[in-house]
Amino acid sequence: MILDGKCPSGPIEKTWDKHRFDLKLVNPANKRKYKVIMVGTGLAGGAAAASLGELGYNVEAFCYQDSPRRAHSIAAQGGINAAKAYPNDGDSIYRLFYDTIKGGDFRAREADVWRLAQVSNNIIDQCVAQGVPFARDYAGYLDNRSFGGAQVSRTFFARGQTGQQLLLGAYSALSRQIKAGSVKMYNRTEMLDLIVIDGVAKGITIRDMVTGEIRAHMGDAVCLATGGYVNVFYLSTNAMGCSVTANWKAHKKGAFFANPCYTQIHPTCIPQTGDHQSKLTLMSESLRNDGRCWVPKKKEDCGKHPNDVPEDDRDYYLERKYPSFGNLAPRDIASRAAKAQCDDGRGVGPGGRGVYLDFATAIKRVSEGTIKERYGNLFEMYEKITDENGYKRPMRMYPAPHYAMGGLWVDYNLMSNVPGLFVLGEANFSVHGANRLGASALMQGLADGYFVIPYTIGGYLAGIKPGDYSLDNPEVKKSIDEVHANIKKMFSLKGKKTVSEIYRALGKVMWENVGMARSAASLKTALAEIPKLRDEFWNNVNITGDGGEFNQQLENAGRVADFLEFAELLSKDALVREESCGGHFRVEHQMPDGEAKRNDADFCHVAAWEFKGVGKEPELHKEPLKFDNVHLAVRSYK
Amino acid sequence: MSDHNSNTMNLTLQVWRQKGPNAPGKLETYEAKHVSPDMSFLEMLDEVNETLIKKGVDPIAFDHDCREGICGMCSQVVNGVPHGGQDRTTVCQLHMRSFKDGDTIFIEPWRARAFPVIKDLAVDRSALDTIIQAGGYVSCHTGGVADGNAILIPKPEADYAMDAAECIGCGACVAGCPNGSAMLFTSAKVAQLAVLPQGKAEAATRVNAMTEALKECGFGNCTNHYECQASCPKGINVKFIAKLNREYLKAIAN
Ligand SMILES: Cc1cc2nc3c(=O)[nH]c(=O)nc-3n(C[C@H](O)[C@H](O)[C@H](O)COP(=O)(O)OP(=O)(O)OC[C@H]3O[C@@H](n4cnc5c(N)ncnc54)[C@H](O)[C@@H]3O)c2cc1C
Ligand code: SF4
Ligand code: FES
Repeated sequence: MILDGKCPSGPIEKTWDKHRFDLKLVNPANKRKYKVIMVGTGLAGGAAAASLGELGYNVEAFCYQDSPRRAHSIAAQGGINAAKAYPNDGDSIYRLFYDTIKGGDFRAREADVWRLAQVSNNIIDQCVAQGVPFARDYAGYLDNRSFGGAQVSRTFFARGQTGQQLLLGAYSALSRQIKAGSVKMYNRTEMLDLIVIDGVAKGITIRDMVTGEIRAHMGDAVCLATGGYVNVFYLSTNAMGCSVTANWKAHKKGAFFANPCYTQIHPTCIPQTGDHQSKLTLMSESLRNDGRCWVPKKKEDCGKHPNDVPEDDRDYYLERKYPSFGNLAPRDIASRAAKAQCDDGRGVGPGGRGVYLDFATAIKRVSEGTIKERYGNLFEMYEKITDENGYKRPMRMYPAPHYAMGGLWVDYNLMSNVPGLFVLGEANFSVHGANRLGASALMQGLADGYFVIPYTIGGYLAGIKPGDYSLDNPEVKKSIDEVHANIKKMFSLKGKKTVSEIYRALGKVMWENVGMARSAASLKTALAEIPKLRDEFWNNVNITGDGGEFNQQLENAGRVADFLEFAELLSKDALVREESCGGHFRVEHQMPDGEAKRNDADFCHVAAWEFKGVGKEPELHKEPLKFDNVHLAVRSYK
Repeated sequence: MSDHNSNTMNLTLQVWRQKGPNAPGKLETYEAKHVSPDMSFLEMLDEVNETLIKKGVDPIAFDHDCREGICGMCSQVVNGVPHGGQDRTTVCQLHMRSFKDGDTIFIEPWRARAFPVIKDLAVDRSALDTIIQAGGYVSCHTGGVADGNAILIPKPEADYAMDAAECIGCGACVAGCPNGSAMLFTSAKVAQLAVLPQGKAEAATRVNAMTEALKECGFGNCTNHYECQASCPKGINVKFIAKLNREYLKAIAN
């Protein structure tokens, strides 16, 4: 099937305005008759639930943490982009649009990206109005910084805790609606299935994580804003509870999964210290504004104290390879460059898997006090984890899985191919193409939540009868029974392996074979190993306790079981995509100098996969991508 | 290689186990063996849980998510101190290098009337959400707001607001307070919004509603022990409590 993204046509600058005007409206008096199920209340879901509640819809919202304020959006450090052009440095909506298309290596839809750039400015205004304490200069104006991959200063920030402050802004708006009664919030509740009736999404099946109760919630539309899936690599910068579960359950009920192989590896994370490691901590890439990446030129210097390696014996590899972007080269490029230095035997720290990020030059230029003001909390965090002082000796960094550009396929209205199922934020595949630029995910989450879904969901709801669902529908019982049966089966296995052991093994397979660099051979290895691990899980896992109680092992087991299925799709997508683009690097497809080599003739499309059964060959659908405004060109950061 | 300490240690844990909110709880003893100093406190507990599962014992339940000190989900009293007492550090950021071989470590949940135990070390903190719902927001609509630079905010005020806004909502201040008061948590939000021009219009109703909610949720009164600040992993300052009191007086004077 050739998929249609339903992008509006005509001059790009007019597309969103025209589309918004063309969308049908729901009569204000009727809005409260429509119930919207919002799964996930991070930036995307929190903003959406608040805005829909405010419009008068009846919203039920769900999250797995004990409060919406804890969604993993909270961890974003660096900042959020907007095309305000306050610094007068040549930025514009068009430039943000252009940079995002190019940064995504020409694998995103133009119209979606345009809309994102257009509403970016509203987001900043909205957050300021909510009381988000963005950084200000001494005159009281909003401050900006430049961020990976951009040559203009368009990033707004709140110290090193931008995500926290934006999320708390959305959480406050959401709290206001909860108090007003327009949103009913269900904390510690995990979605374990999507309910589809006659081909239309009408509800979800959840597990109350405190009591273990399994029940269904029905509505006129279901939105998933459940975040990204890079915990498929086990170690990542995501929170422990981040999973593909909501997306995967929806996929198994018919929603297409788009571009699962587009995963982003972040260049600056604190290196792993041992097998006990449970997660990796990101150090904001804003550090690359002042930090210089280097490794020793000579292998024998790698064991030395970094301050004992003379200047002439240091290889500032990013500055050398990418003179015009230097240390600010985009993430995928910076990550692969770090790996290349380590593969060459010139890495530092445990296992030789690390590069230095050195602030000595910046401290000399602007003083230690200024660096502290800019990144104090990051230096503190680094010291807590490593016991090393980043002001006195260079930090050690290594790339780690960080962000999922892939996600459920959605059209321009953020609706999946299953009518009534909308997908927002990192959970969808839409705007970042094959690589996301820094400070653009927060922007997307809030754009989707505050300024896109409130319009587009109206267009859908206006066309359907409200309340057209019932808990008595046989599909509801079927879904609940399936969830029960799945849990029962897990408890019945009583095997010898813990969930974590199998999860770690999966992570190792994925990181080694489907991580920063992929080849047909490595992907085939992964595709052979994953089903074995899945079998091991379903025959030999041991989960104690029972389902009718607070049981974190059970929660974890459910998520790992879904990763064990999803990992296969991700690897398959990577194998089929015979090109390198953005975060997807196939070693067979590279330029003589090691740069990624795209294949626009064969792969200038979105790959959207249809589920056909566990272990069965999924069916590939394509959505061709057209570039009418940005010239399809080789991405160069030299 | 870096000069990391690779000596492992053996520890004895005394962990609070409680099946559910109404079940009795007690301390159980567990051994944590071959603990690397580079492990985080929660990674140490992960390893203990792995050995428990292998023995068929129900693992220790504890809340956590980001494991980088920002989500506020982790919540353990370690050796009598919320988050373990290391300066500006959540328990998920506490590393084992601050313990030594042979140590006995006591691990308990937040204890406060407003935070019933769910299981073992996990407690119910929804009362903190209730306080925010009472008024911890600016009542602006989505869309139709002024340009971000339309109202200038002097840097000292923006910085003051940010200092207060760093609160992660963990509840350690409540656990550390002899009265189980949530004053520090509440004052941080009140102060953030009271200092910003955007929040000023509702300052009086906000402080009234939020302090009212504090009482209704079963939190104790603040009697200036300042244990909250000592327990707070984000260094939230008790000066915000003074600010709340001023805002409160202003509100009732009007
Ligand atoms: C360490 C880190 C730093 C980052 N820094 C930046 C940055 O500086 N700038 C930037 O733009 N981006 C950054 N990002 C990316 C950005 O933070 C995320 O992409 C974005 O916040 C995702 O928002 P979201 O609302 O889509 O998902 P999330 O915030 O992850 O929210 C997901 C929600 O879904 C819920 N949920 C998930 N599964 C289920 C289920 N099965 N049932 C019920 N509820 C469920 C969760 O409880 C949560 O409420 C960073 C990411 C990380 C990890
Ligand atoms: S004030 Fe400090 S201790 Fe209290 S909830 Fe906020 S961060 Fe936690
Ligand atoms: S787990 Fe998030 S702050 Fe500790």
